[in-house]
Amino acid sequence: MSTDTDTTVTAPRTEQPAPGARLSVTGAELGRPGAVVLRGLDLEAAPGEILTVVGPSGCGKSTLLRTLAGLLPALAGQVVQDGRPVTGPGADRALVFQEDALLPWRTARANVELPLAIRGLGRAERRARAEQWLERVGLAGLERQLPHRLSGGQRQRVQLARALAGQPRAVLMDEPFGALDAQTRASMQQLLVEVLQGTGATVVFVTHDVDEALFLGDRVALLGAGGLAGVRPVPSPRDRGARDTPATVALRHDILESLGPRAS
Amino acid sequence: MTAVTAPPKKASAGPAPTRRTARLRPVVRVLSLLAALGLWQLLTTLDVQLWLRFDQFPSVTDVAGEFGERIGDGAYWQDVTDSLRRIVTGFLLAAVLGVAAGVAVGRSRWAADLVGTVLEVLRPVPAIALVPVAILLFPSNEQGIVFITFTAAFFPVLVATRHAVRALAPVWEEAVLTMGGGRWRVLASVVLPGALPGIFGGLSVGIGVSWICVISAEMISGEYGVGYRTWQDYTVIDYPGVFTGIVTIGLLGWLTSTVVELLGRRLTHWLPRREGKATA
Repeated sequence: MSTDTDTTVTAPRTEQPAPGARLSVTGAELGRPGAVVLRGLDLEAAPGEILTVVGPSGCGKSTLLRTLAGLLPALAGQVVQDGRPVTGPGADRALVFQEDALLPWRTARANVELPLAIRGLGRAERRARAEQWLERVGLAGLERQLPHRLSGGQRQRVQLARALAGQPRAVLMDEPFGALDAQTRASMQQLLVEVLQGTGATVVFVTHDVDEALFLGDRVALLGAGGLAGVRPVPSPRDRGARDTPATVALRHDILESLGPRAS
Repeated sequence: MTAVTAPPKKASAGPAPTRRTARLRPVVRVLSLLAALGLWQLLTTLDVQLWLRFDQFPSVTDVAGEFGERIGDGAYWQDVTDSLRRIVTGFLLAAVLGVAAGVAVGRSRWAADLVGTVLEVLRPVPAIALVPVAILLFPSNEQGIVFITFTAAFFPVLVATRHAVRALAPVWEEAVLTMGGGRWRVLASVVLPGALPGIFGGLSVGIGVSWICVISAEMISGEYGVGYRTWQDYTVIDYPGVFTGIVTIGLLGWLTSTVVELLGRRLTHWLPRREGKATA
């Protein structure tokens, strides 16, 4: 399944998004030489799904994401996107960081414009698209603000807009809402669901919050201290009402059990 | 002097400077300058000799008179433009090459191994000690003076750039890489803008050291310029002339460092600053 390599950038393809990427790691040993955090990992994210990865701090969630992004080479095994090995970072896999990854000298709009500039879009078009994305994440009117003028939640919205503006086939999210207060986090989860609609992008979402993993994910991958402890399908993804159904309660219980007694 | 109505002092004894105290600041600055000049005038006209001897010292009015005379003279402006041309050339060369070398050494292990050691050995050598080297190397004194000025500013800029580049947050670069950006994009969109505050720290130091060296080099190798003139006046015991030179150097130094400062503030306007906007 080879996607057309020379797609014209001028035609907006929001109506008919390219399918999300299929990302997989097989027999992977991840980490840095001398500091391996994950061994023998097999995991796959199907096109267009939201795969949440939940686990305690230090289990290697971030390492997994950075490897998928191509920032960190696998020490052994394979990292594959749509049948081709991942050899480095690329615009088709956007990374949303937990920490503030906005360029502080660029306004919100200029930050969102950056991936579009890298793709070679003209000034007028990238400005229009950036404003469109900022509006979609609820930041209309704040386009010209510098990051330090925005709240933590607003900055993560800009990061989200920046990641999606590049029309990636996969979005890799590293605890993007981890530093936000509970209320902001809930509204950001809702926003994420809304803005992902129609993009078709595959999402790998790393979190240590089991409820967040259960709300957002089509499937939840459990990453414990000893490696992958299973992948569970979520009965009713992205449905707040399903929070207390017996199926969800049982799954939450199962996840907490699998991750060990001290998992939070 | 008419009595200046004293502003109500403790009207707002708070940590945040109010608008009134902000408006007062230029007044305070001018007053402190006037006070310094007044003290100078007093010490010299009274021929004070309290271990420090002010009896041979020209007074403010002597210097002002001499200054006024020279300003009308073409030779003075020739000296000023000579010195300015040297410092601007040397400093701009140092800025460009210092930033380039700093980025290279800060970003590439190869560059650090290749030129880092050589630069570290050369760095402690005071630029003015390179006068004999400059004389050997360059066909004309003029080029030698520019070389000395360049060397003086080069190292502060290099060191500041290297530190600034190494202190950049890795996420910025990773973010650009995951947008599909390459080496040059990272350099243009992350490294240079991110290092700019630090680079301007080096440029501010550099322009100051440049003045020290251009003046000293002019005094030694004598091919006109404010430094040369000042030294000439000293050798013929023309003290008001010497002080005219000193004041000129001070004003020129202040002018050039202000330009660097303002440019830096403009280019790094994105830095979070306190609402009060402390102006230097």
